[in-house]
Amino acid sequence: MAVQSTATSAQPGVIRPKARKPRSGRVIGDKFVGRAIRIYIPLLALLAVTLFPFYWMAVTSFKSASELFDFSVSPLWVREPTLAWYQHLFTQTNFPHWAFNTAVVAIVSTLISLFCSVLAGYSLARLRYRGADSIGWGIFVTYLVPPTLLFLPLTFVIRELHLFNNLWALILTYPTFLIPFCTWMLMGFFKGIPRELEEAALVDGATRIQAMLRIAIPLAVPGILAAALFAFTLSWNEFLYSLIFLNDSLVKTIPVGVTQELIHGDEFFWGELMAAALLGSVPVAVLYSFFVDHFVAGMTAGAVKG
Amino acid sequence: MGTATRADAVPVWHQRRVRIYDREAPLGYLLLVPTLFVLGIFLLYPFLFGIWLSITDSELGNLGKFIGLGNYRFELRNTDGVFYGAVINTFLYTGVTTVFKLGLGLVMALLLNQVFPFRRFVRAALLLPYIIPTVLSYEAWRWMFDPTFSVLNWLLVNIHLVHYPGPNWLGVPANAMAALMVVNVWRGTPFYAISFLAGMQVIPLDLYEAARVDGASRWQQFTNITLPLLRPVLLVVLLLSTILTFADFQGPFVLTNGAPYNSTQLLSIWAYQWGIPGGAIGLGAAISLVLFPLLTIVVAVVLFMLRRPE
Repeated sequence: MAVQSTATSAQPGVIRPKARKPRSGRVIGDKFVGRAIRIYIPLLALLAVTLFPFYWMAVTSFKSASELFDFSVSPLWVREPTLAWYQHLFTQTNFPHWAFNTAVVAIVSTLISLFCSVLAGYSLARLRYRGADSIGWGIFVTYLVPPTLLFLPLTFVIRELHLFNNLWALILTYPTFLIPFCTWMLMGFFKGIPRELEEAALVDGATRIQAMLRIAIPLAVPGILAAALFAFTLSWNEFLYSLIFLNDSLVKTIPVGVTQELIHGDEFFWGELMAAALLGSVPVAVLYSFFVDHFVAGMTAGAVKG
Repeated sequence: MGTATRADAVPVWHQRRVRIYDREAPLGYLLLVPTLFVLGIFLLYPFLFGIWLSITDSELGNLGKFIGLGNYRFELRNTDGVFYGAVINTFLYTGVTTVFKLGLGLVMALLLNQVFPFRRFVRAALLLPYIIPTVLSYEAWRWMFDPTFSVLNWLLVNIHLVHYPGPNWLGVPANAMAALMVVNVWRGTPFYAISFLAGMQVIPLDLYEAARVDGASRWQQFTNITLPLLRPVLLVVLLLSTILTFADFQGPFVLTNGAPYNSTQLLSIWAYQWGIPGGAIGLGAAISLVLFPLLTIVVAVVLFMLRRPE
């Protein structure tokens, strides 16, 4: 049986190179028209739909007040670009404060979550003890508990801790959705590191903690980076908790400040709003342009191994 | 007793340390302490506390009395029908957007799995809607849906798809729901695509080569190799996405906040409106807890549909 299966799998191996030759090395190599219809045109359409809102955001933010509502000529271009909205945003609103708050909250809650989830991820993926599997599942299930279910009772918890209008309210609550996700992702990474490396260190006299700190964690750095990226983005984007726990204009984060304070009644200051939206998007966009491969790697570990 | 102490000539503290580190269980539990501490206080406790809140008449900043199932009865019997509308909308919103995100996500992943110039750039660009803060991109959409100065309508009128002035996107019930769904699909598809792409890239290429040798068409390769091997990823992605869409708050809150006439009211928004601006935290908690059994049903359906074909 075994002989037969190797024979059948070896045989096409001999023929395959010949059969594949005219197709070139690529996955699907056809004539240009075929590729255009099958790949380029759908891709361009997807790109256009995906990017248009961001383009519109940028174009709007550079338009003057009169040009903003002038649809007699094409609104897709700026005739006289101006930085007036940006200037107004930085001098007349609390936007600099919001940006600072968002950054502080995102960085600190990311660090806390990483600390917790690196330890938990290692423990659940690497150490053998009773209950590890069920705790692992439990943490995964907590990821499925959406903030929508928790925000009302959390207001009481935050009040008990006297943290209303305090950035700590966010720093402490964000890990509830960051830790489960990061732990789950890091478990995948830790499982991918060969056990033998750590066992060799243990044989050489290292303690379990030394093996973890010197071998497993350094090898999991790509995973930790990916988890950090996710955690930072998720906290930068968070809206519900910051909407409820922060009322004072000076402690707001960008998403809440932008939606609440740049709209006065029925009056929308679209130029300013879009300028703020663009500026609030830049940090995460820049981060991603550098780390897009880590992002995909993190997805692979989480989605495929999880 | 005496012999035991003599045999262990090593210092007691060292001996104890060796014993602790030799066995994995204590360290295993120790490493979990920070995580369980944070999740216990800010997740498990609020969850259980929320169940208790839902059977009280608590208000913002004021713990109320036990009133049994009064909040649930109030919602279920309320004649304005907003609650039932919210339940139906929530299912509709989740169902329709999930189907589109799944289909478009697969298409996007298949495209990104091809070889073409600027692949890295295109992949990063298509990922943008998922990364950019939801609230901020939804503000841009709201501006695009503006009743009088909608750039979408300007485009549609100029390519002669609709007559001037074009549809009022967020002001008419059916349009508003459609608009909400379109933007959700726009934002959610990249997550599906990137996860599917990750799943596709670990499928061994030999399988496709073997299929090609056997004369399988591209469609046959897709249905017989790609889809079955993508099943585990499909399952996880669908599970996460349905739950997150089901409980979606920030997008719908920014775009319509339930308007016009509660036609885009979702359970999450309805719970917020009662709980925070309305001040009736107990009632709000009851509404958001209705999500939980419904979520369980949704998860069960997803798992059932994706069960391993025997």
